[in-house]
Amino acid sequence: MTSLMNLFGRSPIGPMQHHMEQAHKCAEQLLPFFQAVLAKDWDLVISVRAQISQLEDEADGTKREIRQSLPKSLFLAVPRTDLLELLTIQDRIANKTKDISGIMLGRKMEIPESMAQGLLNYVQSAIDTSAQAKIAMNELDELVETGFGGREITLVDKMISTLDELEHKTDEIQIKVRAELFALEANLPPVNVMFLYKVIDLIGELADYAERVGSRLQYIIAR
Amino acid sequence: MEIIAQHAHILLILACCFGFFMAWGIGANDVANAMGTSVGSRALTVKQAIVIAILFEFAGAYLAGGEVTATIRKGIIDPMMLSDHPEYLVYGMMSALLAAGCWLLIASILGWPVSTTHSIVGAIVGFASVGVGVDAVNWGKVGSIVASWVVSPLLSGTIAFILFSSVQKVILRAENPFEQAKRYVPFYMLLTGFIIAMVTLVKGLKHVGINLPFGQSILIALGIGVLVMLIGIWFLSRIKEDPEADKDFRFTNVERIFAILMIFTACAMAFAHGSNDVANAVGPLAAIYGVISSSGEILQKTAMPAWILLLGGGGIVVGLATYGYRVMATIGRKITELTPSRGFAAELATATTVVLASATGLPISTTHTLVGGVLGVGLARGIGALNLGVIGTIVTSWVITLPAGAFLSIIFFFTLKAIFS
Repeated sequence: MTSLMNLFGRSPIGPMQHHMEQAHKCAEQLLPFFQAVLAKDWDLVISVRAQISQLEDEADGTKREIRQSLPKSLFLAVPRTDLLELLTIQDRIANKTKDISGIMLGRKMEIPESMAQGLLNYVQSAIDTSAQAKIAMNELDELVETGFGGREITLVDKMISTLDELEHKTDEIQIKVRAELFALEANLPPVNVMFLYKVIDLIGELADYAERVGSRLQYIIAR
Repeated sequence: MEIIAQHAHILLILACCFGFFMAWGIGANDVANAMGTSVGSRALTVKQAIVIAILFEFAGAYLAGGEVTATIRKGIIDPMMLSDHPEYLVYGMMSALLAAGCWLLIASILGWPVSTTHSIVGAIVGFASVGVGVDAVNWGKVGSIVASWVVSPLLSGTIAFILFSSVQKVILRAENPFEQAKRYVPFYMLLTGFIIAMVTLVKGLKHVGINLPFGQSILIALGIGVLVMLIGIWFLSRIKEDPEADKDFRFTNVERIFAILMIFTACAMAFAHGSNDVANAVGPLAAIYGVISSSGEILQKTAMPAWILLLGGGGIVVGLATYGYRVMATIGRKITELTPSRGFAAELATATTVVLASATGLPISTTHTLVGGVLGVGLARGIGALNLGVIGTIVTSWVITLPAGAFLSIIFFFTLKAIFS
């Protein structure tokens, strides 16, 4: 109505944080999902998978809304390209979760009992990485408040190093899990082994994307 | 001459109605823009904003509005050019008021962003150049006014950028932002009080009949600044840190301190707006009254009676009460992104720029200056998202409002001329 009112665009900061929360909430479901798979409780697997699907859908919706509300004419505290890139990365966390659960349910995947504990640790570590990415993203509004400077930078830098450590830890667990599978693979149906490797890879990728949320955040701070 | 003597009462009454209408438009739209930032950042409720607006608009108009009133009244057109036909000045100023008022009404119904200043300047230039003659317009003055429309948002943006950068440096990025805010916010209050008082003392008061030497003005302004600061410190002492509030967003308590500062800058804003924009309604009326009261003589110096100012102020209050509060609430809801630490910088920069323009006698748009201030804060990476398309809207509003005001006032001018002559 007045030029003053038109001046203010909808800030993408809050929605970006919300999107990360949604993506993480989706990733968190992987633990109950794996527990159900290990217990061969396929009804539960189906219902957790439905939950994951729905959460991924919701995150997708938020993603679309953010993209639509970021026309080029907006002057942003955070560069548009960085925000869009960050958004894609966050979204991948939810996407990977959906992929993992999709493959496992589709194949009614059976997991050798001796691998159960290692695999659960692995999944938990990937979720921890995603949780840390969410914590770092929670600082985005504080970063904007300070205009990206001072104490806030040190704080976020620390959070990002923790994030890197968590991803690294996930990597190490991945090596162990792969080794366990390698020891067993000769006695298992080859196709199952192939897909189990695939799932292990995808979990690693999930943690990787969580780490990349931090890297992007660092780019944004460095500008 | 006879025409004026013959219709003196009816002309004056009509002129008062048109002036009141224009003032109503300012109160309904313009003031809401000036105060909306404070409402949006939750520093003030709509009610508080209206009370502050009424008090400080009046004060600004009375204490610092003289120069702009003089410009509107006798700076844009040379009244001496009209000494053969003083009634043209009366018709012209009446049509300018009516044209600007109508244009504001049309534009706000259609939802177009327009400025009262541009409407009235366009209207005066319009009736003078077509109704009287191109030479009647003081084009040099008009040129400097138009230039000031470009300069004022830039200046306000620069000041806002500097102010906000200083806030980032000393408060927001510090180890202990809350304590730092309590320590340094009073200085911004001092600055606010000082700037407003200084400009008023140096340039404004001579129109009220008080003349002070420059050195004395500085001292008094400093004294007022300190007084403002002390009042501020008292307010700040009542703000206690609430750790619970910082859980979700760690700067909630800091923003509460800036909200107090924003009450002061809101007062400055209303004062500045009063000093510049009330003249848009009061200036033409003063010119009309000048001609009628001297029964047709156009004098270079005529005193402006207080009732004209009261009429202008009254119109603004009625505008605020009947329509402006709604606009204010709408703006307030729309611009919540502007937190007090940002809003104060934009407001103080705007108030400073506008008050300086008032002292120089340049009628500028408060809203556009405020847009410049907000963009300045944005350049310091202070605001989540700003719509740069608005700069285009501002230019469009210049391009449309000036001819529209001119066109309407030309029509009204010839109509009035046909009726009375």
